[in-house]
Amino acid sequence: MTNFANSLRAGPDERGRFGAFGGRFVAETLMPLILEVEAAYRAAKDDPGFQRELDRYLRDYVGRPSPLWPAERLSAALGGAKIYLKREDLNHTGAHKINSCMGQILLARRMGKTRIIAETGAGQHGVATATVCALFGLPCTIYMGAVDVERQKPNVFRMRLLGAEVRPVTSGAATLKDAMNEALRDWVAHVDDTYYLIGTVAGPHPYPMMVRDFQSVIGVETRAQILDAEGRLPDAAIACVGGGSNAMGLFHSFLDDETVRLIGVEAAGRGLDTHEHAASLERGRPGVLHGNLTYLLQTDDGQIEEAHSISAGLDYPGIGPEHAFLFENGRVQYVGVTDDEALAAFLLCTRTEGIIPALETAHALAHLTKLAPEIGPGGVIVVNLSGRGDKDIFTVARHLNAADLEESP
Amino acid sequence: MSRIAARIAALRKEGRGAFIPFLEAFDPDRETSQAILDGMPAAGADLIEIGMPFSDPMADGPIIQEAGQRALKAGATLSGTLAMVHAFRAHDRETPVILMGYLNPILAYGPARFCTDAQEAGVDGLIIVDLPPEEADLLAADAARAGLDIIRLVAPTTDAARLPRVLAGAGGFVYYVSITGITGTRSAAISDLARAIPPIRAATDLPIAIGFGIKTPAQAAEAVRIADAAVVASALIETLAASLREGCAGPETAARVLAQVRAIADAIRAVPR
Ligand SMILES: Cc1ncc(COP(=O)(O)O)c(C=O)c1O
Repeated sequence: MTNFANSLRAGPDERGRFGAFGGRFVAETLMPLILEVEAAYRAAKDDPGFQRELDRYLRDYVGRPSPLWPAERLSAALGGAKIYLKREDLNHTGAHKINSCMGQILLARRMGKTRIIAETGAGQHGVATATVCALFGLPCTIYMGAVDVERQKPNVFRMRLLGAEVRPVTSGAATLKDAMNEALRDWVAHVDDTYYLIGTVAGPHPYPMMVRDFQSVIGVETRAQILDAEGRLPDAAIACVGGGSNAMGLFHSFLDDETVRLIGVEAAGRGLDTHEHAASLERGRPGVLHGNLTYLLQTDDGQIEEAHSISAGLDYPGIGPEHAFLFENGRVQYVGVTDDEALAAFLLCTRTEGIIPALETAHALAHLTKLAPEIGPGGVIVVNLSGRGDKDIFTVARHLNAADLEESP
Repeated sequence: MSRIAARIAALRKEGRGAFIPFLEAFDPDRETSQAILDGMPAAGADLIEIGMPFSDPMADGPIIQEAGQRALKAGATLSGTLAMVHAFRAHDRETPVILMGYLNPILAYGPARFCTDAQEAGVDGLIIVDLPPEEADLLAADAARAGLDIIRLVAPTTDAARLPRVLAGAGGFVYYVSITGITGTRSAAISDLARAIPPIRAATDLPIAIGFGIKTPAQAAEAVRIADAAVVASALIETLAASLREGCAGPETAARVLAQVRAIADAIRAVPR
């Protein structure tokens, strides 16, 4: 096992392991490709020209840095700590996903790849991928579970507008896990020209490391912004966790700051003690899926179980391996938030701040409603507002009744 | 000598290539798949590959995906698959049996216990699709202790620089994945196979099997002209699937699959070497 005694930020090791987790569990056909992606990424990382190019796109195209918004009405409503929202929803395409898409598309171009594939759950990653493909004139195919195609219709239309081919996946439960299987199958069959642009900090090494690196711009900016605004680090940082990319992006800069509580919020669906949730860490066991060793929702026989969440982007039975590592060593605390709690927080944020959050993000906000009073006045909490909720308004409309809309929080 | 080595040596003496048919355990139900397994040697199988059903078979096309789904619905578990091998061994002590599948069910079972139980059931080798050489230490010691061969996959993307790494620790035979793609989709061109096999031959003394994309007796015959063994999977499962009535085995299911095994075996045996 790797010794990260000096810094929790040092991982992964040569084998792509964060402690016991991670690795490269792929078929031999893909193995040479994975190694090629890793070599290309390492070379890019060492090339100041690559970073300059990425920085330019992040600034002038994505719109970075994203603001850190002091959410005064929300803070007042919760009657506790001072709350800041890291506005990833203001990025072009409306979520954090584009941070990693921009980095990866520049890498794919460096590698000479001419076709892009991706999986998507909520469609945010699919939209971000389709967007950068349009920007660079590359054909792209997005795999999306048929169930998600149905519940995230606006995003499906956006992807098609952008010129992407959206392939609905009907195998399994027809959600994110199955979309990822299908994308991997596509990749095996198109190894020569295709780059697989993974949307979260999961998959075989180097993806968990690479996507984290590209997303860590969130935490780097947040750290500088909060020091500027408050003259100190926050008491806590909260992010929702699907595969875990927006959370790793925020947390990575703070891993070695012991005073900063880091909290990842998993989707507890209809409740952690039902069978309908997506809490891989709180209710799963270690295993291997999609190229990495990590916590998974699975049966005693090692068959992968379907996750459930009202939010398509959290509806995944696995989690990035770095989170599994941070869970086991206790540096990050992971909690669950139910569908209903997320809906309530969705409404609260919308009504107090005029910001419609993604349902994924609403999970982080729901935990905030518990933590802000606990930390209390004088405390400072940062929440990663990972995306905007326009894509979710139809889902929310189905779940809220008229009475919910009458109340003003 | 292991059963795999003994069988390969015997076939070399006979001067013919080997046929390795595949079946998915518990597809479409335990009894039918046991009948297919039990009938395979008489139908001309030289070695047998049994698929261990997994919910997320990322290297498989729709045909084997659906076989796995049917099997899981029929109650397939890893211990159930081992029990099938055990029952097979009651009347066949010679035909090598290789289990093929994905790592997670083995991890859930416990790698050490799995290797011990597999050896006791009469399993000879393992092909774990998502366990590349880079991660092989997860299972290598337990498999070695139980005398199980770890059969390595070589792909068209495996280049000369990487090949020695893939072959280090390989046992039984080398499985050449003949296409860059998932099971049951395309077939490789003979010219590609003729180009791909000699470098592997030069790098190992192990016999070489060709799999992925071999569907017809003629393709199987071509494969054993170039390599030592041919694996046929999706084509047999397609026959099985076509015989089902509302998802259940028909009276002809096992017989039809075994007739196809026989036809392919005959074609392989007709190849002069
Ligand atoms: C807005 C938003 N937040 C969070 C997520 C969850 O992904 P991750 O855990 O990788 O940040 C998604 C995924 O689709 C998303 O769209």
